[in-house]
Amino acid sequence: MKSLEELKAIRERMKNQMDVRDQSGDNIRVVVGMATCGIAAGAKPVMAAILDEIERRNLHNITVAQTGCIGVCRLEPIVEVYVPGEEKVTYVKMDPDKVPTIVGEHLVNHQVVTRYTIGEALAAEQGGDSK
Amino acid sequence: MKELSLYFLDIVKNSTAAGASLVKLRLTEDAEQTLTVVIGDDGRGMSPEFLARVSDPFTTTRTTRKVGMGIPFFRMAAEQTGGSVTLESTEGVGTTVTAVFHLSHLDCPPVGDLPGAVALMIQGSPQCDFLFTHTTPRGSAALDTREMRELLGGDVPLDDPSVFMWVSEYLSEQEANI
Repeated sequence: MKSLEELKAIRERMKNQMDVRDQSGDNIRVVVGMATCGIAAGAKPVMAAILDEIERRNLHNITVAQTGCIGVCRLEPIVEVYVPGEEKVTYVKMDPDKVPTIVGEHLVNHQVVTRYTIGEALAAEQGGDSK
Repeated sequence: MKELSLYFLDIVKNSTAAGASLVKLRLTEDAEQTLTVVIGDDGRGMSPEFLARVSDPFTTTRTTRKVGMGIPFFRMAAEQTGGSVTLESTEGVGTTVTAVFHLSHLDCPPVGDLPGAVALMIQGSPQCDFLFTHTTPRGSAALDTREMRELLGGDVPLDDPSVFMWVSEYLSEQEANI
């Protein structure tokens, strides 16, 4: 059985990590669009998968936040990744299956997963027959 | 939307966007499978004029564009089951949204992943407190973030992935028994 007391253990574990976090300082920010459009398109399982993957890999220095409508509702769910000193990367039409790849390649190894980005999606829309 | 839980996640965002410090989400299911959902907040509230037009999709507080589908969708979903949505609001005091869903109605979406939705409500607004209660004829589930904060101290923000995972699992266990 899960109990509230387990939160004390999380607190202890975090205390030890906190010192490491303060020193390294290069905080990556992951932002998920969770307005009505994002939620309707499936942002909830995407967000849950991101948090799950980060926790499972025990990654630190990553902040995951929710935001409102990013403005391109037809490409939701949308996830934005901000790495300090690098250009913002926008991933579109996200689903939970894409999450481990993005976490592993981009958040850990700092390699942008180009095939899932908005640039690729817009190029496909213009190049291919429009849906 | 495919699940009632997704509507709740969406509507609760109105409360946190209105600057609420405490949001109460209360679900009560009776023996006739009528689900009453009450979302009460202490946010800034709405003027009577705004309240009167808030179910119109062309009413919104967002500045990026002129439509807001949250409450219109929510009202449509409830009314399709023979239920209703009512809003009460006082400026400077807060807003209460009450929705009734008939769960046995053919057009009623499943409640869906309630633990995951509540976990994301908390994750999305870590500065706000939430009181969640779910009562059914079989028992009840509850979570109060104020109790969580006492145990976590000031060191652990409520949007940390470890807290999200704990909330999902804690509520899933409780929900499984009701």
